[in-house]
Amino acid sequence: MEDLKRFLTEKVLLFESDTLSSETEKVMQQLRREKTNNAVIFLSSGTSSIIAGSERTLSAIKTYVDDNEPNTEIVLVGCTGPANFEPLICIQLPGKNKLYFRNIIEEKVEPLLNGIFHNDINKDDLIGQQGSKGFELWPGIPFIEELSFFAKQKRVVLSNCGCYDPESIEEYIARNGYRAYIKAIRHYTYEEVCNIIENSGLRGRSGGGYPTGLKWKQALNAGSVSRYLICNAKESDPGAFTDRMMLESDPHRLVEGIAIASYAIGASTAIVFFRRGSEHARQRLQKAIDSARDYGLLGHNVFSSGYNLDIIIRKEPGAFVCGEETALISTLEGKRGMPQLKPPYPVTTGLFGKPTVINNVETLMNVPMIMQNGPEWFRSFGTENSPGTKVLAVAGKGRMSGVIEIEMGTTIKTILAEIADGIKEGKTLKAVQLGGASGSFITAENLELPVDYDVMKKQGIGMGAGGFIIIDESTCMVDLVRYYMEFMHSESCGKCIPCREGTGRMLEILESVIKKPLNEDSGNTLERFKGVMQLETIASVMKDTSLCGLGQTAPNPFLSALKYFREEFEEHIFDRRCRANICRGLRSFSIDVDKCTGCTACASKCPVNAIYGTRLQPFFIVEEKCIGCGICNDICKFSAIKVK
Amino acid sequence: MSTDIEIILKKYKPGRREELIPLLQEIQEDSGHLSEEAIVRVGEFVGLSTTKIYGLATFYDQFRFIPAGKVHITICHGTSCFLNSSQAVINKIKEETGVLAGQTSRDGIFSYDIVTCMGGCNNGPVMRVNDQYHHYVKPDQIPELIKKLRYLIEND
Repeated sequence: MEDLKRFLTEKVLLFESDTLSSETEKVMQQLRREKTNNAVIFLSSGTSSIIAGSERTLSAIKTYVDDNEPNTEIVLVGCTGPANFEPLICIQLPGKNKLYFRNIIEEKVEPLLNGIFHNDINKDDLIGQQGSKGFELWPGIPFIEELSFFAKQKRVVLSNCGCYDPESIEEYIARNGYRAYIKAIRHYTYEEVCNIIENSGLRGRSGGGYPTGLKWKQALNAGSVSRYLICNAKESDPGAFTDRMMLESDPHRLVEGIAIASYAIGASTAIVFFRRGSEHARQRLQKAIDSARDYGLLGHNVFSSGYNLDIIIRKEPGAFVCGEETALISTLEGKRGMPQLKPPYPVTTGLFGKPTVINNVETLMNVPMIMQNGPEWFRSFGTENSPGTKVLAVAGKGRMSGVIEIEMGTTIKTILAEIADGIKEGKTLKAVQLGGASGSFITAENLELPVDYDVMKKQGIGMGAGGFIIIDESTCMVDLVRYYMEFMHSESCGKCIPCREGTGRMLEILESVIKKPLNEDSGNTLERFKGVMQLETIASVMKDTSLCGLGQTAPNPFLSALKYFREEFEEHIFDRRCRANICRGLRSFSIDVDKCTGCTACASKCPVNAIYGTRLQPFFIVEEKCIGCGICNDICKFSAIKVK
Repeated sequence: MSTDIEIILKKYKPGRREELIPLLQEIQEDSGHLSEEAIVRVGEFVGLSTTKIYGLATFYDQFRFIPAGKVHITICHGTSCFLNSSQAVINKIKEETGVLAGQTSRDGIFSYDIVTCMGGCNNGPVMRVNDQYHHYVKPDQIPELIKKLRYLIEND
């Protein structure tokens, strides 16, 4: 191990020329597993794989390999992207292309491996082969690059994800890792690095789209001895998991990105602010930082350049608002995570009053690639004002889900129809939601919109951190808006009144819209109408007067749902009807007398005793008593319960 | 108990407020919750009043002031799980365990938390029981699971 470390440091990291000697290249190929004499099994090991059962798959593979093919190497890699294919497994036989298989649960391991090693490939679970130069083709097997899920993607940031063991720094170095960082600290000044990033046109990927190079320059010129870099890996929007996937699959690139960014602003301390609950990702990042320190890439006087850097991980203690810059700084200072008034912006007065740059994980992951290939290369894809790519977490009701990366300017329609492969179970699309709990809805009429900061902003849509949630007809929009409002209400920090009270009142009104009133004639109805009339006013006041982004964007889901699904709101309010049959309070059930056998199953389970009847005779439901819980519907074996 | 806190405190420097949250996090990881004595001791150590420490700890979701149950359940209530009706699962768990999120049942067996995304968006609703993941959870599986876990704990 020590020999390899010395070899890689001397012959790769500190090697001045861009082309390596043929002897070094051989070692690199071996590290990349391009020349192996044994079969290699790659098993994805991210959180989504573990949830799908990859740990049991791993032990089954180990048992099989020990018994039958002891020379086989097993490598735990990060996620490749498609979450619905987990546990995903990739097998490389010596000299042949890699084969990808999906959903390999414990029981499927033995037949699959038996087939592979005896040249009888199970085509049911096969996704395809990955074409690589110098490898033998598998005849009659499609290439995964040609599958629509991968073909429409442009993988730059995710290029390493799922390809190497994220716990091994050697494998990352063999993939050109850390050379951009060493080039930067040895040959460029702070300003030059800032200039390169500014010329590339990289914009902050956390939603605002602020030019990264400009931010760095402002901090650099803020005039202070010490500065800080904070990597915001907080990502706590419901339904967003891009940062975690990148950290689990390629932590070294983030470490390199942080190192370059810290150098560019002259910071000697970088802090990664980590999301609670991503324990797996945190361990991997910690390991990456430790091994980078071991290689001398971090610490005092890095490779005799006179530059010092240390990276610290801090776990967030659990508050959504901490993702806001000033609240994040307050948390790091040991105070309550409450936002502060801006200006002064953190770039001039941030952590402990020092200039601080806060960048998102995806932004920093782009940096090493730009330093390696130059700003023109980065500008060669994407749109003019938003160059590069965007990583999105596709979830919800699409046929495919997972983490994808697309070129800026790709339309929502392409993502939806080709990458996500349409809607599950042949249902129709209702909307796509971008930007998490404070994002907006995009309906079927607007699917031609491209993913681009400026175009989206013009339409009043925030891109957010990369959640792309597909919603189908079985979802009630009013209920979904209520869910987001409930989340925002519980996460509002309570510092400013418009947000604290506004989210509470909006939630209250939305709840009254979907609740069944005890008596429709009483003042309840009047109260409901009065409340509904005020919803829009409250939303606009919150938008204008809240202190931070949380309050300003909290009404967004409501406002955009109202814009596109007004008739659904009106149905709930006036007709007391929910077309998706989700809102419990508005559901009522009745029993089909022809189908009911009088088995008494529903009557015995009804929590409010609203079902009456005589045994072996058709039963009936008293509508006034029914609370619409649907237990009778679930329990009936004769499908005699009808939803009204 | 108090000796454990002293061991943890040795790793930190007194009077540094920026280390307060990591310190509280470490105490919680070690003992499962923040006890009254722990908060008082941390207050003395950092040089802040106990009310300030308590005010800070209650602001954040992570800190608990009562020990977690022997079976700790974490349920995902992210958008994707919500679309796959995680609310029904949460209601069922509430009904079966008889406690609210963040609380611990009187016999000290069950406690549960609701989180916003666990990363199994395709397999929702997702639930974690201690270290074991369950996916595609249906509300009607809950009573049997709770019964089984209760039996295992009581007969252990």
